[in-house]
Amino acid sequence: MRFKHALGLLSAAAMSLALAGAATAQDKTVKIGVILPMSGGTASIGAHAKAALEVAVDIINNAHPELEKLPLAKNAGLAGLSGAKVELVIADNQGSPATGQNQALRLITEEKVVAILGAYQSGITLTASAIAEKYGIPFLTPESVAANLTERGFKWFFRTTPIAPDFVRIYDQFLTDMKAAGAKTDAIALVHDNTEYGSSVANTIATGFKEKGRAGVIDVAYPVNATDLQSQVLQLKEKKPDVVLMISYTSDAILFAKTMQSLDYKPPLLLADDAGYSDPSFIKAVGKLSQGVFNRSAWAVGPAGSPSAVVADMYKKKSGEEMEDTVGRQMQGFFVLVDAIDRAGSTDPAKIQAALKATDLKPDQLIMGYQGVKFDDKGQNVLASAYIIQLQDGENYVSVWPKTNAEKAPMLPYKGW
Amino acid sequence: MSLILVQVIVGGLLLGAVYALFSSGLTLVWGMMNIVNFAHGDFVMLGMYVAFVVYTLMGGGPILGAPLATLVLATLGVIVYFGLIRDIMKGPMLAQILGTFGLALLLRYSVFWWFGANFQSLPQNIVGGTYAVAGLRIEASRLLAGVVALLVTLGLHLLLTRTSLGSKMLAVAEDATAAQLMGIRPDTMQAIAWAIAAGATGLAGALIANFFYIVPTVGETLGIVAFVTVSLGGFGSVPGALVAGLLIGVIESLSGYLIGAVYKDIVVYLLFLFFLWFRPQGLMGKM
Repeated sequence: MRFKHALGLLSAAAMSLALAGAATAQDKTVKIGVILPMSGGTASIGAHAKAALEVAVDIINNAHPELEKLPLAKNAGLAGLSGAKVELVIADNQGSPATGQNQALRLITEEKVVAILGAYQSGITLTASAIAEKYGIPFLTPESVAANLTERGFKWFFRTTPIAPDFVRIYDQFLTDMKAAGAKTDAIALVHDNTEYGSSVANTIATGFKEKGRAGVIDVAYPVNATDLQSQVLQLKEKKPDVVLMISYTSDAILFAKTMQSLDYKPPLLLADDAGYSDPSFIKAVGKLSQGVFNRSAWAVGPAGSPSAVVADMYKKKSGEEMEDTVGRQMQGFFVLVDAIDRAGSTDPAKIQAALKATDLKPDQLIMGYQGVKFDDKGQNVLASAYIIQLQDGENYVSVWPKTNAEKAPMLPYKGW
Repeated sequence: MSLILVQVIVGGLLLGAVYALFSSGLTLVWGMMNIVNFAHGDFVMLGMYVAFVVYTLMGGGPILGAPLATLVLATLGVIVYFGLIRDIMKGPMLAQILGTFGLALLLRYSVFWWFGANFQSLPQNIVGGTYAVAGLRIEASRLLAGVVALLVTLGLHLLLTRTSLGSKMLAVAEDATAAQLMGIRPDTMQAIAWAIAAGATGLAGALIANFFYIVPTVGETLGIVAFVTVSLGGFGSVPGALVAGLLIGVIESLSGYLIGAVYKDIVVYLLFLFFLWFRPQGLMGKM
């Protein structure tokens, strides 16, 4: 028995030696840490993001001449690092800021990643990026939008997505155009959860709208992952706002749609701030109850053969889902990060940081509808932008605004079911 | 009183009945065995997925889904009792907590693995839409859940107080050794208790699936409510869970409407703590 025990220990030791040996022999791999919600209430987002990033890795690591406009696609691997491949190290944030922070620490100290991408929920990006800042590792968030993330004076933090002040501009112009088209847009209700994302975006929009002379903003807050939303829908029903702006994750977005139908409440104009309303499982679950909802998106599939159409096709093959704004922004952020590593020609964090600061991508080098990627001193992409899309038939979003980018005319009023 | 306020209260009562429905199984297991089942929320989740599978594979509604969910979960209850509970009952309290908590994670991530993380939903009008009565709107699916909640509570109460099976189960709960001397097999009684509790929970899940979204982690959201309902009603008391569920539902709805939804949990839990200060055994629990 004792012999068997010793044998077990020996073979374990041999295996770990073999593994360690493999790691040193393959130092042509660039490890990038990714923090995502793989479990918890927003796990569907994590599953979609994982598929999208795996498609991005395929595009980078293998030769894709059909996508030659995108940086890194044409050749196999990173040209700047003599053909090195990238490898994802995905960590689960479990929907908790504390876990996200621990995972960032683990990725940096144990997995030795050269940079981190993440972490979907703004509240978790807040804590995880603080660790990266402390260790001097670049952290890029492709999708967290809370304004304060880039207001902390961080040196290692970058963000490609449009953020709340951009939304204020987009929504204000959109509502002005809708008013010109005959819709009433005076009383606006901001319906949001109490997370970092919900409350900070609602706050920025409320302040921004006030500055733009939009009075009559009503605030309807609710706790995230609510068991019941009847009283909020009844509040809206009583106050009768012209526009309801939803700032919600998937679970609450679905429950809102169901509750609005059962209490027979339809606002004249329903506008959603991305997040839950872009989740394909929202459309599958309650798309038919939400016909005519407007949504923010920087994603449009584009004509056949365009890089975005090719990428959308690859993503659909991988995940079985339609490509949408959230995974698109995640993929785009990952491309920006890896492009910087490629240009740095090194895995030294300081060189990657310098390359990120020098990023200057043009619209035709992107899969998203940004006007480009260029970071300001705070790490925010100053060329980020978005369209307004609408779920006209309850199954697929079509872009409806601005006019230059519209596939169809906006449909009013909100139809519901 | 304004019509909207009446709608808020009616909505609260229906919500409360649902809370009571998925809490009765938890209180029963506690009453029988002094075990707090942390996997309770995930039993509700499994009931929801049974209803979902019945709908997607066979196109069946709650008439088929609800009994099937009851049956599947009752079977699972017996398996869980013999496979896990019977052994961890002999261990310390910590083993019981970790045992059922581990079971919760196992169930949650098995469903996660099989069905994926996506949110699912049954068609909105699967139980016949919404009634409009004198300006009030009452969803048929919630009304069905409310009525079943009353029936289940009544049924369990009668079972425990009026039948010989109920007396035997209570005898085992009181003193397993003495019951054994009287010719009652504690194992059988406790397995039956688990079957009933898990079955009632599965039934609750199948009925909630008619108006709630379905996702592997939904047990986290619903489980907490069940614990509050059961401790307010008194651990082990089935009628207590009903009264507590209705109370919590109405208080939540009213405070959510009048003060604001982000404060409704504060109101509920403050009242809850205040109440336990005076009556730690809950509304209808025994000391």
